[in-house]
Amino acid sequence: MHEIEELLKQLAQRIIDGKKDDAISLTNRLLELNYPPKKILDDGLLPGMDVVGVRFRDNIIFVPQVLISARAMKSSLAILEPLLSEAKIEGAGTVVIGTVKGDIHDIGKNIVAMMLRSNGFKVIDLGIDTSIEKFVDAIHRENPQIIGMSALLTTTMVYMKLVIERIKQDSLPVKVMIGGAPISRNFADQIGADAYAKNASEAVMVARELIGIKDRNLHE
Amino acid sequence: MSKFLNEIKKPGIFLCDGAMGTELQKRGLAVGVCPEEYNVSSPKIIKEIHQDYFNAGARLVETNTFGANSLRLKFYGFENRVREFNIAGALLAREVCPINSFVAGSIGPLGEMIEPLGEISVQHAYNVFAEQIKALQEGGVDVLFIETMMALDEAVIAVKSAKENSNLPVSITMTFELGKAGLRTPWGVDIKTALDALSQLGVDIIGANCGRGFDEMIEVVKEMKSLTELPILVQANAGLPEWVDGVSVYTETPEVIAPKVEKIISLGAKLIGGCCGTTPAHIKKMNEVISNLR
Repeated sequence: MHEIEELLKQLAQRIIDGKKDDAISLTNRLLELNYPPKKILDDGLLPGMDVVGVRFRDNIIFVPQVLISARAMKSSLAILEPLLSEAKIEGAGTVVIGTVKGDIHDIGKNIVAMMLRSNGFKVIDLGIDTSIEKFVDAIHRENPQIIGMSALLTTTMVYMKLVIERIKQDSLPVKVMIGGAPISRNFADQIGADAYAKNASEAVMVARELIGIKDRNLHE
Repeated sequence: MSKFLNEIKKPGIFLCDGAMGTELQKRGLAVGVCPEEYNVSSPKIIKEIHQDYFNAGARLVETNTFGANSLRLKFYGFENRVREFNIAGALLAREVCPINSFVAGSIGPLGEMIEPLGEISVQHAYNVFAEQIKALQEGGVDVLFIETMMALDEAVIAVKSAKENSNLPVSITMTFELGKAGLRTPWGVDIKTALDALSQLGVDIIGANCGRGFDEMIEVVKEMKSLTELPILVQANAGLPEWVDGVSVYTETPEVIAPKVEKIISLGAKLIGGCCGTTPAHIKKMNEVISNLR
């Protein structure tokens, strides 16, 4: 038991440090010891990613470090995901996410998608340059509880308003959360978005709130 | 020495232009349309915007070429038109540029990450910048404005490429935001680190553009001035956009920015202009502020 605890602690640390190869071998080692995939996620990966999220929020680390951690997380998740779906682990909810039409910037959106995934959400990533039609199609197809929209450009953020108008017009049963460098809480309120997240770790909390999940305690 | 560098050696504040993208939108540029393609398809509109800025008192306009590199243009299927769009952009600005005023070739980030974080090799990034730089020089710009940089490696590659592929003066501005760790780019680059790396490459002008508005720029200039002798260029956004009465509006109006511009100048900025959301009215107001200082 002591060994497992030590391995989980190491796994969390390797996620924080962004050591992809170590994260993979620690994940495999834990599986060999018959530690359940869901618990590897909950007790190793998520605590690590929580720290990353908090450090990012607090400007202790920046985009590059988050990307490196996300990469480590992703490679470990790739091992766990088939096992998790085999065990039919219930997710937190479904989020359809995309960078809006005209905008090709997806770094922030990818980090948010990654953080949501690692917190148990099923994330349908529509990529960049996402039109109203693509969002609406995905809502019909995937039945998400949440639509997430991202924009980096001050010239494309206005498109979010058009998507929200269409969602309201069609009375689609989804909540809308938005984010991106030029986005402010005021802007979100003014265009009728249900929520705004300032960064990726806040996005997880906001998504949980929108769906009505009680938040895990974030340390630090 | 270039005529432009001589000009900014003279005492006084040098006024640049304001935003291009948001001005294009006002004139009907739809979301999802390539702004740089307008250099070829709607040259009149581009010239009109440049003219408005010169009329407002700007001594320099930036070409409509911010995203005219092959990686960004690929998004629209225009990756083979880099030279065409850049030369056209330079010629349009040149056409309306009065004597003793100047044209800066705008160079934005690549839109993709460089290795090891991304998949673009350093050499590839260098070459992509070089292609745009050569075309801007061929089109006749006076200076290169490399702008909105967030990653230091990319900024360094862009400056090296500019120095090695043209004989033009080079300005570099990065985008800083004020957070718990002080002023940093979203990539975490602080002002001192940026200045140390970029000054030694022989840049002629250094500064900041874009960001959250004029208030944070005051802090940027304060910090930058204490660390460099280079001329400082400041081009702030007119705050962050809000949605009022069915349109997106920028919170920092010409009246709002006037005292902040004065502050930025008193702290030691040499060149000033605007980024996203600033208009000819903002530049006109800056010109008044500058005139009143004399």
